[in-house]
Amino acid sequence: MSEFAIENLSRRNFLQGSAGLTLGFCLPALATAAGGPGKAADGIVGASNFEPNAFLRIGADNTVTVFSKHLEMGQGTYTGLATIVADELDADWKTVRVEAAAADAKRYNNLLWGPAQGTGGSTAMANSWEQMRKAGAAGRAMLVSAAALKWNVQASEISVRDGVVRHAATKRSATFGQLAALAAAQAVPGEVTLKDPKDFRLIGKQANRKDSVDKTNGKAQFTQDVHLPGMLVALVAHPPRFGATVKSFDAGRAKAVRGVVDVVQIPQGVAVLAKDTWSAKKGRDALGVSWDESAAFKLGSDDILAQYKELAKTPGLVAKQIGDSTAAFTKAAKVVRASFDFPYLAHAAMEPMNCVIRLTADGCEVWNGEQMHTGDQYALAALFGLKVEQVKINTLYAGGSFGRRASKDSDYVLEAAQIVKAIAGKAPVKLVWLREDDMRAGYFRPLFHHAMEAALDGSGNITAWRHRLVGQSIVAGSPFEKMLVKDGVDAVSVEGAANLPYAIPNLTVELHTPTNIMVPVLWWRSVGSSHTAYSTETFFDELAAAAGKDPVALRLELLAEHPRHAGVLKLAAEKAGWGTTLKSGKAGERRGRGIAVHESFNSYVAQVAEVTVKADGTIKVDRVVCAVDCGVAINPDNIRAQVEGSVGFALSAALHGEITLREGRVEQGNFDSYPSLHIGEMPAVEVHIVASTKAPTGIGEPGVPSVAPAVANAIAAATGKRCYRLPFRPADLLA
Amino acid sequence: MIQLNVNGKTHQVDVEPDTPLLWALRDTLLLTGTKYGCGQALCGACTVHVDGSPLRSCTTPVSAVIGRKITTIEAIDANRVGKAVQEAWRKLDVVQCGYCQSGQIMSAVALLTKNRKPSDADIDNAMSGNLCRCATYVRIRAAIHEAAKALG
Ligand code: FES
Ligand code: FES
Repeated sequence: MSEFAIENLSRRNFLQGSAGLTLGFCLPALATAAGGPGKAADGIVGASNFEPNAFLRIGADNTVTVFSKHLEMGQGTYTGLATIVADELDADWKTVRVEAAAADAKRYNNLLWGPAQGTGGSTAMANSWEQMRKAGAAGRAMLVSAAALKWNVQASEISVRDGVVRHAATKRSATFGQLAALAAAQAVPGEVTLKDPKDFRLIGKQANRKDSVDKTNGKAQFTQDVHLPGMLVALVAHPPRFGATVKSFDAGRAKAVRGVVDVVQIPQGVAVLAKDTWSAKKGRDALGVSWDESAAFKLGSDDILAQYKELAKTPGLVAKQIGDSTAAFTKAAKVVRASFDFPYLAHAAMEPMNCVIRLTADGCEVWNGEQMHTGDQYALAALFGLKVEQVKINTLYAGGSFGRRASKDSDYVLEAAQIVKAIAGKAPVKLVWLREDDMRAGYFRPLFHHAMEAALDGSGNITAWRHRLVGQSIVAGSPFEKMLVKDGVDAVSVEGAANLPYAIPNLTVELHTPTNIMVPVLWWRSVGSSHTAYSTETFFDELAAAAGKDPVALRLELLAEHPRHAGVLKLAAEKAGWGTTLKSGKAGERRGRGIAVHESFNSYVAQVAEVTVKADGTIKVDRVVCAVDCGVAINPDNIRAQVEGSVGFALSAALHGEITLREGRVEQGNFDSYPSLHIGEMPAVEVHIVASTKAPTGIGEPGVPSVAPAVANAIAAATGKRCYRLPFRPADLLA
Repeated sequence: MIQLNVNGKTHQVDVEPDTPLLWALRDTLLLTGTKYGCGQALCGACTVHVDGSPLRSCTTPVSAVIGRKITTIEAIDANRVGKAVQEAWRKLDVVQCGYCQSGQIMSAVALLTKNRKPSDADIDNAMSGNLCRCATYVRIRAAIHEAAKALG
């Protein structure tokens, strides 16, 4: 983890008229490099210092404000970060609030990403844990120093609890607010003592979400809700196929629509700007764009899959090699083969993509559910010819993301910016994507084909495992390529496959990365594991059956080196009553139980699913029992919530999710053709958390990967049929 | 000019009669608690009450609700059921991203107004048109039961 130092920002804030204690951090090395010598030392870093660049502020009114460098998109980050700070600070939870931090990579970088600010890969808690603890502890120490000074007593005799500082012997006490100004004048402690975990009062306990109130009364502000004086709403006509370009359009007809103000062509298509959304939509409908599709992508999903299947017959680049698979296969008593098809998936966040941008006298200002602060700052700076620090970003709540707002190339943000540029900044612009725009724009979870084979010896031991994956690279051509592609292998494509945890002596994982497919692809909640967990865990189940072994027993046998996998597996099995007889269904119904385990982003999750398959092949998932090990459970209720949500999200994809292309056109557009799980399909979910003292890891994504394979294994148990393609198809499961 | 009665107040809105109520609420009256999710009555994010019944405002032209009483999330706490539902939602921390939740709450309030002790099947029926991509369904169900209990 990078070094960071705590700095006192109070004086700067004081100058801006807000008295109180404000603590921030700076990264000495980075700050010096970027801010020039001398600047880091006094904590004035960068040029955009009108922002409250801090992690913690205590106001005279007792309010404790925690500044979140991470996006709140539903995953509970605001509450999690506040829990950590408040516990070390011994604050009164009721007075703690959370605000989005400014975009400033020097101060707010993701410590696991290096010099970039952003949220993703379930890293928010993992990278902030120590940093936020220190922020809280430093604040507490400074409040104690202030009280010691004021009361002329020893700091060591002072206690702090629930936002009140006390000296028992002299019966004196003061609230944080009463001490804030004096605390701000204290030196920041060089070393802070962190709490002994047994003294945690909030961490590991129930602390209610900080965003529950505003998200239940209509007050929470999403990008979609931004209204600025003079703002225009823009809808863009996008090409019907990836790579098509504008040939002609009728701006006059669009402008004839009441409320339409302007029509501009941008690299992404044709933008209609209007006073309100509905007028913009009517204007866009009237545009009559004709497209030049000569260079457009015209393959369908079937063509793509056929190409991938051919590729899978040939060796790919080696992503992982242990032992000698070829030799093991020649000696095998039995060889089991299977192949798997995974469709493109849309994120379909409830809030479609959108972004507000305005040009200002000294730069540009952005309102966005911002997940890639630094990347978007650089992209906008380049487009507008600004310095990075002239790009000011206001981070709002995001109505879901599931990876979509973590755009690798700032796609929709740049689209908004192009419109602003095309009208020479004469009005602030809110780019709105309607659901259909969002669903057809691409940036899908890539379509993948996996071919697998395994060798068993005479006693049913798995002696070799060969896994060949075919699919587009997410990071190719993006700034992430340098970091994540080694020797042609995109680590993201094979995560969850190349690090198969089972002790199999001969293992080969290979990858084909086709480059002729022009469909934009992106990380989708749990990324590579969204397909690799399925193929590895269902194939493993099939091997257990072929070897005549219990799927839990065989897994445990091969997980001796992986105690955290084994731990969640055992816990889930035990809580689900693995091995007991499942209650039978109604006449014609087949029931089954299945299990899967998977690690992603250093968190471990095992799930046991119970399903009922009707005679017509329809699947009802009745119950999912989950066991989770994500290190220290900062907020257990949020962990439960994330895992519940992950079960529903994953199930939505496994039962219904499929984006298909027909001659290059995306066939789906809205929730009628891309159905999303509804409440009646939601299973009962139980979440059990492994008690752990290990450093916390993420939970926004790790609940997703093992859901579909657990359900598939349950379906196999119920019907004897293995599902080799997603989503599940009832027609494959007829009685 | 079209006259709309929203949350007990009369407003003049200068929009075309075919404008969906959703956009009149959001873009003209700046009542942004009601959300856009699909525009096709497929997701429920835009649910409001019209004369006490839940309605998808994204497919309801303003011309169809002239003279009718429109209630949005912003005013749902003015009614006892609305308050109980909000409180249950907060107690159980139902929300994740929150974007669908105005619609969820409006549908839940409508359900509990008609049916004080809904069964799981009643809940499935009343709430199946309200999608939640964060899949907060386990807690939505629990919170509806919780609110029912609180309402007695
Ligand atoms: S926005 Fe009205 S139902 Fe989806
Ligand atoms: S809470 Fe995110 S869509 Fe429902």
